[in-house]
Amino acid sequence: MKTSVSLKINGKSYQDDVEPRTLLSDFIRHHAGLKGTHVGCEHGVCGACTVMIDGKTARSCLAFAVQCQDHDITTVESLGTQEELSPLQQGFWEKHGLQCGYCTSGMLMLATELLEHNPTPTRDEIREAISGNLCRCTGYQTIIDSIARAVEIKAGTALEAAE
Amino acid sequence: MKPSPFEYVRATSVADAVKALAAHGDRAKLLAGGQSLIPMMNFRMVAPEVLIDIGNIPGLDEITIGDGSVQIGAGARHNVVMASDVVRQHCPLLADAYSHVAHFTIRNRGTIGGNICHHDPASEVPLVLTLLGASLVLAGPKGNRTVPADTFFLGMMETAIAEDEMLVRIDVPFQPAGEGWSFHEMSVRKGDYAIVCAAVRLTVKDGAFHDVRVGFNGAGTETKRMAGVEQALEGKPATDATIAAAVKVAVDLSDPSDDVQADAAYKRDLLSALGRRALEQARARASN
Repeated sequence: MKTSVSLKINGKSYQDDVEPRTLLSDFIRHHAGLKGTHVGCEHGVCGACTVMIDGKTARSCLAFAVQCQDHDITTVESLGTQEELSPLQQGFWEKHGLQCGYCTSGMLMLATELLEHNPTPTRDEIREAISGNLCRCTGYQTIIDSIARAVEIKAGTALEAAE
Repeated sequence: MKPSPFEYVRATSVADAVKALAAHGDRAKLLAGGQSLIPMMNFRMVAPEVLIDIGNIPGLDEITIGDGSVQIGAGARHNVVMASDVVRQHCPLLADAYSHVAHFTIRNRGTIGGNICHHDPASEVPLVLTLLGASLVLAGPKGNRTVPADTFFLGMMETAIAEDEMLVRIDVPFQPAGEGWSFHEMSVRKGDYAIVCAAVRLTVKDGAFHDVRVGFNGAGTETKRMAGVEQALEGKPATDATIAAAVKVAVDLSDPSDDVQADAAYKRDLLSALGRRALEQARARASN
């Protein structure tokens, strides 16, 4: 039986009639039409579908859309635009942080959360923060480089703003 | 994969959830953080007909100080428990063990109550709560009852909780000042399921071990605590020789099996190595 679900994603409301078993990942892609969130394993192992629920990273294949009613969802689309990349996206661009790109949106969401908690992480802290997500191209070193580069970009922007 | 269809009920209070459990019986499952239940549903290992969502019950996630214990609401998320000053100060063994529990993103959502009720045999929290002598408060149609962790955790994925009951609170007694404690684990990658973990609490008085509690996961035994190992330490000189003898008892009492992660011989090696490290660290932390 379908039920009406209305979710706030990136500050915008999306309403649709869905089954309770509809995963948040499927609601985001098929009902809200936001295809930036990727679906990998659908059992919480790969982390490709990572989004934020109430400002904290969560695997969208491990939540039902109906559970998220009245909670704020943030996806990779919130980070930047093609014309204006966010520091993290710029870092991934400059340091080749993606090959096939399947894990990228999940990695970006993890890195966003990391930099909110810890604006100047060490390489080991970055490694620990992304340790739960899989990159099947095995491009981990360049992903770590990309996040470290984003920290530099942010620091540079802050310096410019101060000058 | 996608889960089977189910009916969704959002509980607004504990009483509401207990009423819904009574109404739907064994057709229903409680849904908290969903970090164990939803993967099992996606695999169709389980297919509950009704899910009662307890993730929005006000106050179910509170952590407060009670009479000599930390009272942790069953709905408290792992990361919140782990970072709680109260937990770190009064139950450092629990806070320490939490650094091995899953990955950050899973800890954002998973709850301590869900973890306990799921009772995965590799899970750190049930082991540590058993050693800490925690009490579990269950709400049911006839009111609340309290079950000690010792008798709450039964076999693999089995607990003493009845079908019409819901875990609402975990009371963890303060660890006494001067106590030594330690938690060690081996997993393939940090945050993955443990192959073996070892937990220890003890005190050292006049150069001898006392109040010893030792437990393992991955040892293949029915119980978490190993009485034989505790006896091998209790009242004995706090020496390396005592530790070596106790660790040998642990290996002899263990009955691990081969699985996809490791074979039994490797697990016995881990029991020996992690048991020794945990006992040595607990001894070093205990004040004489």
